[in-house]
Amino acid sequence: MRAAFFATVLLAPLAAQVTVIQNGTVHTVTRGTFKGSIVIRDGKIAEVGEKVMTPAGARVVDATGKHVIPGIIDAHTHIALDSINESSVSVSSMVNVAEMLNPESVSIYQALAGGVTVCNSMHGSANSIGGQNVVFKMRWGADARGLIFDKAKPSLKMALGENPKRQGSPQGLQIPGLQSPQNLRYPGTRLGVEDVIRDAFTRARAYQREWKDYEARKARGEKLLPPRRDLELEPLVEVLEGRRLIHAHCYRADEILMLIRVFDDFNIKGVTFQHVLEGYKVAKEIAERGHYASTFSDWWSYKVEAYDAIPYNAAIMHRKGVLVSLNSDDAGGAELMRRLNTEAAKVVKYGGLSEDEALAMITINPAKQLAIDPWVGSIETGKDADLVIYDKHPLSSYAKAEKVFIDGKQYFDRDEDMSRRPKFEAEKEGLHKKLLDQQKQAMPQNRRPS
Amino acid sequence: MSKNSLAAFAAAWLGIAVWIPAALAETVNWTAIRGARIVPVNGPVIEKGTVLIRNGVIAAAGAQVDVPASAWVIEGNGLTIYPGLIDGLSTWGLPQTPATTQTAAARAGQQQPPQQPPQQQAQAQQPAQPRSRGPLDRPGTLSWVKAADQVQPGDARLGQARNAGFTTAVTFPRQGIVAGHGAVVNLGGKTAGEMVVAPEAGLYLALRPSGYAGFPSTPMGIMAYFRQLWLDAAHYRQALALYAADPVNIPRPAYDRALEGLLGVKRVLLPASDPIQMERMLQLAGDLQTPAVLYGVVRGYEMAARLKQSGTPVILNLRWPVRDRDADPEDEDSYRELRIRDLAPTSPAVLSEAGVKWTVSSDGLDSPRALLRALKQSIDRGLKREDALRALTLSAAEIYGVADRLGSIERGKIANLVVADGDLFNDSTRVRMVFIDGVRYLPEPEAPQPPGAPNRAPTVSEEEEQ
Repeated sequence: MRAAFFATVLLAPLAAQVTVIQNGTVHTVTRGTFKGSIVIRDGKIAEVGEKVMTPAGARVVDATGKHVIPGIIDAHTHIALDSINESSVSVSSMVNVAEMLNPESVSIYQALAGGVTVCNSMHGSANSIGGQNVVFKMRWGADARGLIFDKAKPSLKMALGENPKRQGSPQGLQIPGLQSPQNLRYPGTRLGVEDVIRDAFTRARAYQREWKDYEARKARGEKLLPPRRDLELEPLVEVLEGRRLIHAHCYRADEILMLIRVFDDFNIKGVTFQHVLEGYKVAKEIAERGHYASTFSDWWSYKVEAYDAIPYNAAIMHRKGVLVSLNSDDAGGAELMRRLNTEAAKVVKYGGLSEDEALAMITINPAKQLAIDPWVGSIETGKDADLVIYDKHPLSSYAKAEKVFIDGKQYFDRDEDMSRRPKFEAEKEGLHKKLLDQQKQAMPQNRRPS
Repeated sequence: MSKNSLAAFAAAWLGIAVWIPAALAETVNWTAIRGARIVPVNGPVIEKGTVLIRNGVIAAAGAQVDVPASAWVIEGNGLTIYPGLIDGLSTWGLPQTPATTQTAAARAGQQQPPQQPPQQQAQAQQPAQPRSRGPLDRPGTLSWVKAADQVQPGDARLGQARNAGFTTAVTFPRQGIVAGHGAVVNLGGKTAGEMVVAPEAGLYLALRPSGYAGFPSTPMGIMAYFRQLWLDAAHYRQALALYAADPVNIPRPAYDRALEGLLGVKRVLLPASDPIQMERMLQLAGDLQTPAVLYGVVRGYEMAARLKQSGTPVILNLRWPVRDRDADPEDEDSYRELRIRDLAPTSPAVLSEAGVKWTVSSDGLDSPRALLRALKQSIDRGLKREDALRALTLSAAEIYGVADRLGSIERGKIANLVVADGDLFNDSTRVRMVFIDGVRYLPEPEAPQPPGAPNRAPTVSEEEEQ
């Protein structure tokens, strides 16, 4: 891993130079597909078109016969986090998974190798109102701060249904040492989940008012104690003031409608419904409010509330006017994340969407949901040079990501990776032997007198 | 005693002692160790010299020292005198909680019998504890606990520690996540009060998650809780100040012992073993606006520049990572793991080179002597002996703000000394005697360790595994 880190450091000076990706099939996603080239300067896409001028001294990457797409964006993962769920309380908005970001997690490299350049790594779904999420780029080798995509708007996780109510039900998750009824966590029903959410935002409103009153009285010259700062309510106030996005884990149509009403009442906009497997039943209602949906391609039935699903969900919601993305929900390792391109291909099969519409669901659409679309999500002049070169059409299940660029720096190269492996193996073997020898020396053999 | 009054006092008795020895003979105790090699740490080595102790304080140290006639003289030929060693993060001198049950006991607020797997024990027999439902329940918070109030002069480990050359420990309570205040404690003395050198060494914080026993159950929850707690303390301070100024119009703040315990905190001790955790804890300390000392720091060798830049001192855990004895022979160690095992013992040298202030902890080691042996491994990997010694003495004293009284052989400092028959880090060297507050202690026969019960606090990584 360290060697990989050094490799990226060695590549770093190249970012200052100009790179040209030449003669590839360029899927811009937003501006059509054509055979052409991309000029990268200072980490940004400087020029893109069928004919571009290649500046003298530029590094040329030949993409003849290959396909270039914008870096894939995964709107819902839990990768590279040292802890995911602060599941002890029903409202855990005071915690921030950004603090748990682990830049050494190999999931980052795995995702990178699958063409993912940005992901939203989220708090888990154990609580009605979860923690704060983190959007980061797969800048493998950087420290935690270096990974974070700081232009992304902050967001908060919420969850409905089985997960948040499980700890409130005597038949739910058996918690060792806490089985007694007085230790069950409210809520234990879907009704209770709504109550917890409404209560939390009501408290946030009161808190917001408390501070406004204080500021007003202070401005009048009164001497008084400021209100107690509350780290649980502050992120909720940010939501109420439109400064923080919400990603809401949900499955059932009735619950989605419930949450839409809650957001109507608190005037909360631009929410992304996550999973949303029954979204096809309430697509019109989601679209009317301008809320978003981030769903799975064609898998479900892993729990009761996830049974009534169809593979046409994404396509139907899209046709009803919902902005839809496809996500992996990966935690622990980047498994599905490595092949989100083929997940996108499934909406061509189920629902007959166009190739661009399919690619949009893993690039520009999730970018819009995360409010990072001014910088990433498509191949356009001025955007970050987050690009993936595939050897075949990216919607083909035979396609492999060969090179991945983030901010114009090449962070992954399939051939280089392969050629580095024997060296790593040798180093590892050497270390193993060295430590074993040291151990033997530290423990002298028992000698018997002859 | 302040520095000034100490100096005035010293000047007075030096002047007087010469001409009225008889008047003071009953109250002044002079001890001199003569003809020994002296390693003062704060200055060059004196190849043959004398250390003169007056009433438990170093009166003079040098090649030429006038020894009063009434002094008890110890011949130091062939011996080396060092400042007393300091364990920078210890539990010595405090009542012992069985290390393995610490986490569960801390949460449950009760003692458990040792030698049972803690989790299963807790699950099987304990009635359910009321779960903490948020920061206002002050979970795992014992900020009013002071090590200085719990010192036990009879702790059997003190003798062992002295045998290895330790005269002082900075000892901390360890239960809960805000475990309480540490104290700088001398490892000898008639009463608990005599042993305490400084009652406020800093506040010990841990990131032990609760499992499912309520908020906070994760490191991120704990970090959020610390932030809230510090904000609450600031609010409390503000409320107290406003009330003091205007008790008629400002409501009287309710007394809160958890917050009281945070009001005068000089520094916090935060756990961090790898670079990621170190970055996290530096960030947290910044948010808490409290100077931090990191403990654990297994991969300090990767973070020297960052630690130097932030001016953060560290306490190294010297239980160098090795392959688990009971590991499945089929399990292959990862490349990363192997590298960490290889490089961890180089941390002291790398940190010294970078100018990071560091000391060491007895946590995780089975005996005080093991600490010196572990440090010897680092000497074999490039650590200078004088840097190793400085870490064990003056650096520890500086980190805890007691360098005016401990850490070197210097006039005016507390007479805590180690007298050994050779270089401290050589295996064959034996400690002949130690002095604590000028009182001599000879080596004691060591009690055998009870089998299967390591006499120690767990390391950061062990705690996180729990």
